[in-house]
Amino acid sequence: MSLFSKQNMEALKTPLGMNNPVTVQVLGICSALAVTAQLEPAIVMGLSVTVIVAMANVIISLLRNTIPNRIRIIVQLVVCAALVTIVSEILKAFAYDVSVQLSVYVGLIITNCILMGRLEAFAMANGPWASFLDGIGNGLGYAKILVIVAFIRELFGSGSLFGYQVIPQWCYDHGYINNGLMLMPPAALIIVGCIIWYQRARHTELQEEQN
Amino acid sequence: MNTNKNSYTFIYASVMVIIVAFLLAFVSSVLKPMQQKNIELDKKKQVLAALNIFEKDAETAYKTYVKADQLLNAKGEVVANEGGFAVENAAVTADNLPLYVCEVNGETKFVLPLYGAGLWGPIWGYVALNADKETIYGVYFSHAGETPGLGAEITNYEKFQKPFIGKTAVNANNDVVITVVKAGKVQNPETEVDGISGGTITSNGVDAMLKNSIGLYKAFLAEKACEKACCAAACDSVQSEPVLVDVQVVVNK
Repeated sequence: MSLFSKQNMEALKTPLGMNNPVTVQVLGICSALAVTAQLEPAIVMGLSVTVIVAMANVIISLLRNTIPNRIRIIVQLVVCAALVTIVSEILKAFAYDVSVQLSVYVGLIITNCILMGRLEAFAMANGPWASFLDGIGNGLGYAKILVIVAFIRELFGSGSLFGYQVIPQWCYDHGYINNGLMLMPPAALIIVGCIIWYQRARHTELQEEQN
Repeated sequence: MNTNKNSYTFIYASVMVIIVAFLLAFVSSVLKPMQQKNIELDKKKQVLAALNIFEKDAETAYKTYVKADQLLNAKGEVVANEGGFAVENAAVTADNLPLYVCEVNGETKFVLPLYGAGLWGPIWGYVALNADKETIYGVYFSHAGETPGLGAEITNYEKFQKPFIGKTAVNANNDVVITVVKAGKVQNPETEVDGISGGTITSNGVDAMLKNSIGLYKAFLAEKACEKACCAAACDSVQSEPVLVDVQVVVNK
């Protein structure tokens, strides 16, 4: 099987759209609420999750034939936790500024449902290369939603993007005010809900059968 | 091989745990010295940030500006002329008070460490006081896990930290008067600073942290510099105590 066979590309591409981890699989919602008040942490979180999911997927995929079925969840969890801890230690030693930036998110990555979801659903049944692509795809699919949500929240909540003011002062002088709700976690839930709504309305095949 | 046998499961789990434990211990011990160095450098940067100094080369800048990292006891007396840097902000107690004596543009500044609780975890920082021991020269705040865009805004220099500059932290009675109030509710601009809307608990945490941490230095802050006209008596007492003369020497170095 070639490296970029149709199947493998599928594993990489579908999570970006039709099988998006956040909007279709509805995984990783909790962290999507926590880190999307501003664009910068959202991007950092998205990239971190991408790297960790890909690495964990590869490791679990390599081990998949040896893992005892009854403790597979524990094995997956240990792999994730060890991986995240090691990455965070390395960051602290070689890229301290980045690790300060990531602070809480590193811990959040371990509990990110996307990790366990992909390990259980994909890596346990597929080869390392396909699992790697699946991890990258799902990480980027997650990052994509995070960036969209963070863009809306930062723009309307703080009037800025990446910390730079984009809504000019004269708007404020004429009575425009930032939407405080956008800075609160519920706003992320509402925006994610709207994205899911839009996607399901456009792609009717995602809708469940009406009884 | 039957991977569902009990014995296999046990052996698998044990071996996995040992490998992971070994790996984590190895990584941790190998990287420890480098991490320690980074943490120290970061702490120096934080002290400098309180002095509104943001130079790239923090190591050199720290040596230039920070003249001594003293340790004070509860009476405000200098116990040691160095070693203050080694005291973690969280480990500061009323009898173990680090004090950074700094010199910026020929003027003496005192940097005090701060430590308190935010919404989700600890918050900390540094406050630089002018030589009058009353007005704020600069502040620096940081946090472990406050919400980005809300509580985490306490790290925002322009929006949150800059307004502290020039405010009165300690009044003539040596009470800590600096207060973080609800955003937009400042009534007394001498001592009040706007909090963060949506980050009320973190703002309150900063307020409490300032009051507690600066409050520990009450005895030290009470000894006003001699040039202050108000207290000739206090001035005499300063000169009669040899330990404190020592301080003056350090300051003037």
